[in-house]
Amino acid sequence: MSHATTHEHDHHDEKPKGFVKRWLLTTNHKDIGTLYLIFALIMFFIGGAMALIIRLELFQPGLQFVQPDFFNQLTTVHALAMIFGAVMPAFVGLANWMIPMMIGAPDMALPRMNNWSFWIMPFAFAILLSTFFMDGGAPAAGWTMYPPLVLQGGKNVAFMVFAIHLMGISSIMGAINIIATVLNMRAPGMDFLKMPLFVWTWLITAFLLIAVMPVLAGAVTMILTDHYFGTSFFNAAGGGDPVLYQHIFWFFGHPEVYILILPAFGVISEIIPAFARKPLFGYTAMVYATASIAFLSFIVWAHHMFTVGMPLGGELFFMYATMLIAIPTGVKIFNWVSTMWQGAMTFEAPMLWAIAFVVLFTIGGFSGIMLAIAPADFQYHDTYFVVAHFHYVLVTGAVFAIIAAVYYWLPKWTGHMYDEKLAKWHFWLSVISVNVLFFPQHFLGLAGMPRRIPDYATQFVEFNMISSIGAFVFGFSQLLFVYLVWKTAKGGEKASSRVWKGAKGLEWTVPSPAPHHTFQDNAPVNDADLAHGSAH
Amino acid sequence: MTTHRIRSAFYFLIFLMAVWLPAAQAELALNLSEGVTEFSRDVYQLHMIVLWICVAIGVVVFGAMIYSIAKHRKSKGNKPAQFSHSTKAEVIWTIIPIIILIVMAFPATRVLIKMEDPKDMDMTIKITGYQWKWRYDYLDEGFGFLSTLDRKSNLARQPDSGIDPETVPNYLLDVDNPLVVPVNTKIRFLLTADDVIHSWWVPALGWKRDAIPGFINQAWTEILKPGVYRGQCAELCGKDHGFMPVVVKAVSKEEYRQWVAQMKGEQVQQAKMDQKTWSKADLMAKGQEIFETQCASCHQKNGQGMPPAFPSLVDSATVKGSLEGLIHTVKFGRPGTAMSAFGNILTDSDLAAVVTYVRNAFGQRDDTVQPQDVAAVTQS
Amino acid sequence: MSQATESTYYVPHLAKWPIVGSVGLTLAAVGGALYLNGDTGPWLLYAGLAVIVYMMFGWFGEVIAESEGGMYNQRVDTSFRMGMIWFIFSEVMFFAVFFGALFYARMFSVPWLGGEGTGYATGALLWQGYEGVWPTNGPANLGGEFETIPAFGLPLINTLILLTSGLTVTLAHHALKKSNRRALVGWLLATVVLGFTFVYLQATEYIEAYHELNLTLGSGIYGSTFFMLTGFHGLHVTLGAIMLLVIAIRAMRGHFTPEHHFAFEAVAWYWHFVDVVWLALFIFVYIL
Repeated sequence: MSHATTHEHDHHDEKPKGFVKRWLLTTNHKDIGTLYLIFALIMFFIGGAMALIIRLELFQPGLQFVQPDFFNQLTTVHALAMIFGAVMPAFVGLANWMIPMMIGAPDMALPRMNNWSFWIMPFAFAILLSTFFMDGGAPAAGWTMYPPLVLQGGKNVAFMVFAIHLMGISSIMGAINIIATVLNMRAPGMDFLKMPLFVWTWLITAFLLIAVMPVLAGAVTMILTDHYFGTSFFNAAGGGDPVLYQHIFWFFGHPEVYILILPAFGVISEIIPAFARKPLFGYTAMVYATASIAFLSFIVWAHHMFTVGMPLGGELFFMYATMLIAIPTGVKIFNWVSTMWQGAMTFEAPMLWAIAFVVLFTIGGFSGIMLAIAPADFQYHDTYFVVAHFHYVLVTGAVFAIIAAVYYWLPKWTGHMYDEKLAKWHFWLSVISVNVLFFPQHFLGLAGMPRRIPDYATQFVEFNMISSIGAFVFGFSQLLFVYLVWKTAKGGEKASSRVWKGAKGLEWTVPSPAPHHTFQDNAPVNDADLAHGSAH
Repeated sequence: MTTHRIRSAFYFLIFLMAVWLPAAQAELALNLSEGVTEFSRDVYQLHMIVLWICVAIGVVVFGAMIYSIAKHRKSKGNKPAQFSHSTKAEVIWTIIPIIILIVMAFPATRVLIKMEDPKDMDMTIKITGYQWKWRYDYLDEGFGFLSTLDRKSNLARQPDSGIDPETVPNYLLDVDNPLVVPVNTKIRFLLTADDVIHSWWVPALGWKRDAIPGFINQAWTEILKPGVYRGQCAELCGKDHGFMPVVVKAVSKEEYRQWVAQMKGEQVQQAKMDQKTWSKADLMAKGQEIFETQCASCHQKNGQGMPPAFPSLVDSATVKGSLEGLIHTVKFGRPGTAMSAFGNILTDSDLAAVVTYVRNAFGQRDDTVQPQDVAAVTQS
Repeated sequence: MSQATESTYYVPHLAKWPIVGSVGLTLAAVGGALYLNGDTGPWLLYAGLAVIVYMMFGWFGEVIAESEGGMYNQRVDTSFRMGMIWFIFSEVMFFAVFFGALFYARMFSVPWLGGEGTGYATGALLWQGYEGVWPTNGPANLGGEFETIPAFGLPLINTLILLTSGLTVTLAHHALKKSNRRALVGWLLATVVLGFTFVYLQATEYIEAYHELNLTLGSGIYGSTFFMLTGFHGLHVTLGAIMLLVIAIRAMRGHFTPEHHFAFEAVAWYWHFVDVVWLALFIFVYIL
């Protein structure tokens, strides 16, 4: 495999000087990836700060710190910030950095649009967060923005809707770019069934994004017109139905859940083989499982609304369809375990996070199966059991995978090894505290505590207290992560081009740090460099 | 390296004990309640079946993983195998989950069909959700009432109330007027809402169902054991979503008949209240009481409100303006805002009292409103 | 086109237009929100839209210059094609939402409110006397009695106009492939004229709806779905017609070759998409 340093024109390897040229006007996939990742980290801490205020208020019963209305604003914006501001941009950042490197492309297919996809995000979130400082405060109807409650939001409705429109534009352009890159920019010899799974999962995710972000845009547009223009989409008096919104929202919302987790599956499928020193088990099955999950995500949406009073036939259909998702998801987990089986494992930070992902995501999957059982969901729905479930899949799922990916590729990005000892501290503090934080929430939900309440009955005191303690330890542990990343960026032991002995794929054939422009296009790919070159 | 790992595990154990021992002593509720209806017991069974299946799968999968982590490590000199697929294995772990899912689907379907089949009901109760209270209408008996958060809880839950919630019995789970129902009776519930979506939930009955404005949802129950069962609104419905509990008091059929007779007597009394002419002092006293239970959660006790969502009443144009206008606002609400139509909730004498109170206390206007004045204002 | 550019994927550097676009979008969003809330006039919204238009001129101008300068190889062209196809797909999904709302209202919410099927308690207890028959402004008769626009008047004429415009844009494409520039420009301009005629007729229809038929956005679910579907479609026709006009001007300036004319094709695809959406509208909104 030939790489940039030997072929590229000299001026291509120079990074533009000055903040504006380097970051504001950039078209370089690596710089844009870095921007996405930094933005995601900032939003992770803003959303996390909101979560800590929530947990602080819930530390004991009674209202000590915030008013109920502000509490609702916090839960709403916490979710929006974490989903649209932290997890999604983090994965887009990883895609930007890694996909061109993994498929041997000179850059993303549409580099100028790539810049725009990113530079909409900070503005969109500035608009959303600014509502906190307005008369009447931020949106407080939950991230699901159900009408009619959301229509009582007053002035924040328009800001919220437009902010979501902007995020949608950004996501759609980002997804188009990824599709065009993967379909059109692969180096000769990089056949579809030789692509790394991270590329596969992102390709499928990008299709999901293009299919559902416009649906969300449509849903919030109807909220806008119901609020400002007198339409009756969600008003029974005019022949509409509040539940119509929920159908549209969850038609977006369920694929959205997989948008958040499929790239995580990809990351884990890269890391486990590298540290087990063994090829990924069942590569093609993994690809088909990912595609099946994506397909199923379009026909299960109403399992989020079993309690709205759907006709029996609908309830049965959505229950069965939801249960089916367990099958391809199970295939993935079995394949990861089989990849570890009879390997020669070492347990550096990326592997630790990946193993924690497999275990804890599976726990989230188990509660998911329980929630799929419609009659039982009549009990679980809208309780802390659900809160525990989706934090297991999103925090110990998506976020853990992002952290694993950062440890895995950080040496490639910065050219330095991170501090393994500190990374272990970060891991153990996080993995213990996150379970202290979320596991008791299962009990709270089963015992009858509804979600989204600022104050609770006294039988819920102990577990709330434990959960809050876990939250603070988990939250502050992440400062360690920031320090670690910053330290690695500044300096440290030089990383070799391969970095991890068992790692395969084109990204490990270029020096660390990866040159500003990696590949000349049309340079042919050598099967031996690939994880899935000729093994199957 | 190894000592480090052992040390971590040790600390983790200490931590677990620190967490679990006090928890076990306090006999905390860890699991779903079995409840007091056939449905809730079915759901409990279903919950336990699926939970144990998950635990079993977890033991197998995590067991294999832990074994692999312990054995197949480089530090033990393990040489990596190079196998990368097995169609047989893939087929097995596709088929087995399918079978397990089918096993789960059968009881789930049976229970669900039973829940969604409200046939041969003995009585019907209409439940209406309001921000932030419930109204129960006994359709067969022709009376109904509001059910709001109990006074003690309401005082304690105010920010900086200085009251320790632990000292309040059934903190946040008590109401002024519980829903009284007979045991061993099939009750049909018709659920709707007046403003936003609420969700009516009593864990002991085994279900929750959304109350959606403009639509009626159905659910049913048959309570097998007398007792008081508590729950809460389960769908985010605004500021005081956490403060609209549900309390069901299940009594014997005989007790229920007595209670119905008593309620009907009160209803006759109530009608008389709406006929008579009230003194201003009585109106003010009653008005203040109603204001504090029904209005103060938004407009605040001192009438200052929480602008802009909940406007101040002090010297407000509506409060000081025409009396008809004020009565109209209170009786029919302000569509598109959080101000609901209290004419659906309160009797004419209650409305007269609260309008008199608001008018005098916040509008500085010396007026007296009688129930007949309220009745005279119609929707425009 | 030289051999060197043929093998090199063109990666632009120092793109200034995206950040201009972001500022434009932000100004428009904030301005729009302030205007809707009645806090300011629409000037900030207009300023934002002006910046977006400026960005489009600049951005497309740069791309056109690069394209005409021979900097794009076949692969760049393919990227653009994929971009356009998936952009149109996202638009399809956006319209699907509003069609979905229409079908839901007609098949579920309106019959339920009228007491059909599982909605019998809803009809009997909350909305006595409501029939639940389409077209409807709901049980509360929101916006008052209204009439609908008959399908086989203006809407039929508009259907014929759009179908004809689909034909003319295809004729233009054939002319381009045969290097017949006069015919190309002629058919393009014909398409633009047909497009704007459609928009004009839609506008007269709206005026009639508001003034004669009492059919407004506030006419319950019928008014909501009718105006949102036809309104968003009309907006897309307007944008498509402007895009066609730009292509026509470029054709007059001698842009495009029989082999390389991605911009033309992209706009033609967009125009066909708008056409197909209209056919669905004509069937589901006007006829049925």
